[in-house]
Amino acid sequence: MDGPAIAADTKPWRDPSANPFISVRGVTKRFGDFTAVSNVDLDIFKGELFCLLGESGCGKSTLLRMLAGFEQPTEGSIRIDGEDMARVPPDRRPTNMMFQSYALFPHMTVEKNVAYGLLREGMKKSDAYAKAAEMLRMVKLEKLARRKPDQLSGGQRQRVALARSLVKRPKLLLLDEPLGALDKKLREETQFELIKIQETLGVTFIVVTHDQDEAMTLATRIGVMKDGIIEQIGEPREIYETPRSRFVADFIGTVNLFEGVVEAAAPDMMRIATPDLGDVMVLPQEGLTRGQTIWGAVRPERFALTRKRPEDMPNAWEGVVEEMGYIGHMSQYRVRLPSGALIRASQSNRLREEAPISWDEKVWISVPPAAFRVLTE
Amino acid sequence: MRGWFLPMAVALGFIFLYAPIVSLVVFSFNESRLVTVWGGFSTKWYGELLRDRQILGSAWISLQVAFWSANLAVIVGTLGAFVLTRFGSFAGRLLLTGMITAPLVMPEVITGLSLLLLFVSMELTLGWPAGRGLTTIIIAHTTFCAAFVAVIAQSRLRQMDESLEEAARDLGAGPVRVFFDITLPVIASALVAGWLLAFTLSLDDLVIASFVSGPGASTLPMVIFSKVRLGVSPDVNALATIIIGFVLIAVLIAGWLMRRAARKPL
Repeated sequence: MDGPAIAADTKPWRDPSANPFISVRGVTKRFGDFTAVSNVDLDIFKGELFCLLGESGCGKSTLLRMLAGFEQPTEGSIRIDGEDMARVPPDRRPTNMMFQSYALFPHMTVEKNVAYGLLREGMKKSDAYAKAAEMLRMVKLEKLARRKPDQLSGGQRQRVALARSLVKRPKLLLLDEPLGALDKKLREETQFELIKIQETLGVTFIVVTHDQDEAMTLATRIGVMKDGIIEQIGEPREIYETPRSRFVADFIGTVNLFEGVVEAAAPDMMRIATPDLGDVMVLPQEGLTRGQTIWGAVRPERFALTRKRPEDMPNAWEGVVEEMGYIGHMSQYRVRLPSGALIRASQSNRLREEAPISWDEKVWISVPPAAFRVLTE
Repeated sequence: MRGWFLPMAVALGFIFLYAPIVSLVVFSFNESRLVTVWGGFSTKWYGELLRDRQILGSAWISLQVAFWSANLAVIVGTLGAFVLTRFGSFAGRLLLTGMITAPLVMPEVITGLSLLLLFVSMELTLGWPAGRGLTTIIIAHTTFCAAFVAVIAQSRLRQMDESLEEAARDLGAGPVRVFFDITLPVIASALVAGWLLAFTLSLDDLVIASFVSGPGASTLPMVIFSKVRLGVSPDVNALATIIIGFVLIAVLIAGWLMRRAARKPL
């Protein structure tokens, strides 16, 4: 395998001496007295597929628009490939953008749309159209080159927009909700195609999305944004397994959160007291003091449901299955504890021998200490 | 209900709108000198009209005025609309908005009178425009037609997806290039509509033209109005029929052009 080095494999962000390709430093954007983006620092490396994830209005699109040059930061600096972007207008930046609305020029054919950027560069007409045709082949639209955008389906328009934004081979491609307008099935297929194209061309992608599944599938790293602040930056696995805050834990996937107080900290085990679960044993964590309020976060799949009390499990409770949903590859449970707490647990359906646990059954629910993620904010 | 009510409503509506016009067309072919008495079919008033230098001359002036003021109004109106929709907030924005739409509601008498005063004092201080005539009518018509064009262009610009312009910037086009490559083609149909409206308004105007015209520059409505004051003569009917014919042909051409643009395969 002699392909180009793919950032997804080399993981340059783990190397503290690596030079970031894009560096955002202390960027703030205010509209009047509303702060859309607040003091953001962000490093993105060459060949990455970085996802900015957050709810609408969290500032992710504003950050993207500042990278494209449509908005000027109120404070802070943006460098792309070592070059300060402060006074560079959008038409001079080494970036291209794929718009959420696709923004295809309605009065131009598909091939004219795609060739437009090349012609503005001063490329010869015949060369530009040849390159546009090549790009359209890549997105499998060569047969529709002479159609107008209003004669295309949503999925086809999305491909034209992608082809148009990639044809100039930008150093950085910015994608604003690139799959937002597609239906679920098409979206899933397109996700993998997007990754393939990104790896083939070696272009750095920054994708803005509110869809956590999309971010998890696409991204080399995810930046979770809330109220103009990046809450956490990390690989999808890090974000899922070791969220930094309750917001991130709750935003990505499903989570059970238990408020508690640190009771006693031994070097190998820490005990926390929670109203919902009683005393819980978790792995010790630095920087916690006795009596501090913390939250324990547990993913549903980390719970084990058994009919008998499990042995050697410090964290086990008896409860009643209140609700159960069979999804196919797994089942979801809601288990009510005597304390009144409702626990969301899920079990993969790998074993078929035993009769599955079902409604109104008394069960033991247990979780290893390592499955608790202790959060302080 | 549906059986007879709707067709009858349509018929009544059309009669209300077009009966006067039809009767005008019919009476333009009247032999009799009396406008209201049918004296047999004849095209003599058309021949009379073609010999009437005054009417032909004023029709030519009106067409010139309408053509040039429609062109100028589209340019001025589009620029005004572009500034108002794309430049966000700037000092004097509200004032400009008000001032652009004011001519729509301003009584024509006031517009005419104020323009006359302006032209007279400009002539006294600057020496231009020398006297009143074609130029002053074109300027006067441009001012109020531009307001109509601005309103039409503004609503189209507001509807237009601004990310189209951003996308063109992003692909390497400078602001001027974006305006001519993207904005203008997208709002072109609105500008054609604005041009046609401006042309019609200018052709139609009597009051403002009366104020700002000078000797030797009487527009068609001015001539007709002065003729009618002495009693309606049948050659005015003939003239009106010709104008209706022109308008009909223009509308058909415009409709055909628009349909072709919508269907164009490439």
